[in-house]
Amino acid sequence: MSAAGPPALANEGARPHQGAGGAERRFGRSAAGPDRVLTVRDLRAYYRTNHFGISREVRAVDGVSLHVDRDEIYGLAGESSCGKTTLIKTIVRAIRPPLDIVGGSVTFNFGDRDLDIHALVQNELEAVRWRHLSYILQGSMNVLNPVRRVRQSFVDFAFRHIRKPFPEFLRLIESHLDRVRLAPAVLDAYPHELSGGMRQRVTIALATVCRPDFIVADEPTTALDVVVQKDVLSMLREIQREIRSSMILVTHDIGVHANLTDRLGIMYAGRLVEEGRTADVIRNPRHPYTTHLVTSLPRIGDLTPKRGLEGVPPNLAAPPAGCRFHPRCPLAIATCSAEAPPMVDVDTGHRVACWVTAPPTASMPPQ
Amino acid sequence: MSAAGRSPLIEVEHVGMTYAIGGLFRRRAVRAVDDVSFRVEAGSPEILAIIGESGSGKTTLARMILNLATPTDGAIRFLGADLTGVRSNRERTAFMRQVQPIFQNPFEAFNPLKRVDHYLYFSARRFAAARGRADIETRTDKALQQVGLSLAEVKGRFPHELSGGQLQRIAIARALISAPSLIIADEPVSMVDASLRMSIVNLFKTLRDELGVSIVYITHDLATAYYISDRVLIMQRGKAVESGNARAVLDHPQHPYSVLLKNAVLSPDDVDKPIARPGTSRDSADSSPAIAPSNRE
Repeated sequence: MSAAGPPALANEGARPHQGAGGAERRFGRSAAGPDRVLTVRDLRAYYRTNHFGISREVRAVDGVSLHVDRDEIYGLAGESSCGKTTLIKTIVRAIRPPLDIVGGSVTFNFGDRDLDIHALVQNELEAVRWRHLSYILQGSMNVLNPVRRVRQSFVDFAFRHIRKPFPEFLRLIESHLDRVRLAPAVLDAYPHELSGGMRQRVTIALATVCRPDFIVADEPTTALDVVVQKDVLSMLREIQREIRSSMILVTHDIGVHANLTDRLGIMYAGRLVEEGRTADVIRNPRHPYTTHLVTSLPRIGDLTPKRGLEGVPPNLAAPPAGCRFHPRCPLAIATCSAEAPPMVDVDTGHRVACWVTAPPTASMPPQ
Repeated sequence: MSAAGRSPLIEVEHVGMTYAIGGLFRRRAVRAVDDVSFRVEAGSPEILAIIGESGSGKTTLARMILNLATPTDGAIRFLGADLTGVRSNRERTAFMRQVQPIFQNPFEAFNPLKRVDHYLYFSARRFAAARGRADIETRTDKALQQVGLSLAEVKGRFPHELSGGQLQRIAIARALISAPSLIIADEPVSMVDASLRMSIVNLFKTLRDELGVSIVYITHDLATAYYISDRVLIMQRGKAVESGNARAVLDHPQHPYSVLLKNAVLSPDDVDKPIARPGTSRDSADSSPAIAPSNRE
């Protein structure tokens, strides 16, 4: 289908990776090197407020390190207010006070050189955004401007990045909309005339029309119905595979991760507690929180009693000392409340932060 | 089937609801609920799950059972009495005492500027006829104990100080104060965190088994419906397309729409199977070239 006539995009030639080595490259084969698109090192982002002399610090992201390779979908899971959205806002530099970067770095590599996204000046950032780095927002079916037709939204977002004459630009948009199975007629529609699933597909089309190297999708299908959700996700994956971009997919739904992501990171209270290949993390969870998340999921055909987790999610303004999960953890020992556990490799590419299930002494030698 | 001479707890008979939308011009009718019938028997508490995607009429149906909306066709009878006959304030209070709602989003169900115990005290005064501070607090505490909380934990707290799971428990406790016989829960766990969701779902089981409350559980989540409900009713565009024993229907769905719904569930067990290519699960209405306005708004 795509071979029949992929639209000749303006930036096709400027992409050194495209077509180079078309073989399926999976995670883990080439660890470092040109294939690493995103590297996050020890990132700390806090919300700092100061009202009437009372200062408050909410440590929404506290020491997160991760990396994403080319052509890989990295999943981020965790409950609400665990810092998932803050983390990706920091990654795409969509930060506003009171959110502040306290430490760490976010480095992208789009093929030619390393870019520290927090060091870029405004016009460099604008050149990177949308063309190399696009962002599907949470609740993005409501991000389209309600008083502008879909066509104008495409012009606003993509025209200056594609740099083609207008008629050609329009043809390109139409053929791109065909990928997400939307008729050209939607270009003339206002957002309210489209159903939720169609609006979501329009935003996916918007975010992918410039064939970005990196897509960040924050809960892209949470507001959609189950039937439409599966459609939208499979389309997202199809486009991602076609343009060979990398993606971070944030959702709390483990079922979505199981079906879509290559690697999965589990966040709890602003920290990454477990990370590995999605199949490993779901089949063989090592952190007690992950174990709970996976075993407590109800499944059709399964009537064994499931339990909720005791206790309440931690307050990030005053997180528990040591491992942040210890007040709710069934395996907690004395060390847990004293010191935060380090991330330890327990298997190839499978990292866990837990004193009990992954004590540092039992770790594999670093690769 | 039912015990002779005994009216069912709730009887929904060929109920339909038509909304008129649009202004003076281009007025059109939207059939939100179309000829839906079911009953929940008295005396044998059960959990009935109503499953469907948005726009399928689930919430409209819930509003009609709660007597917040009047059906345009058919009738709903509570213990044999037609709901349209509930007119006076006294009748309405008596009905509300028996049938209580739980809403989807616990953060929106509570006024952020009021302490949560205010709602509990108010319900105790109005529906449980509690008089005097001590009586009100005892009843409130009893209801909170039933959901695994206590008045001491909740007293004087504002909604933002509590987690979604705790707030939803408080919402359930509020519904329990009047000792209802039927609870209508509209997507009660979809806004609750994954780690706390199952404790709320288990709570519904406890309510059924220990307090004898029947529950109409409205959801789009087939997995939790399978886990807790006794019967299911699957709705598509206002029509009930399939109903019956929860295990039987969800293990072997018959209607094409039920099959579609079941196949669309993304299970964590499919971790090695990549997501199905589009086209296999494409739903015809959404992919049609014409711009199909969603029938929801």
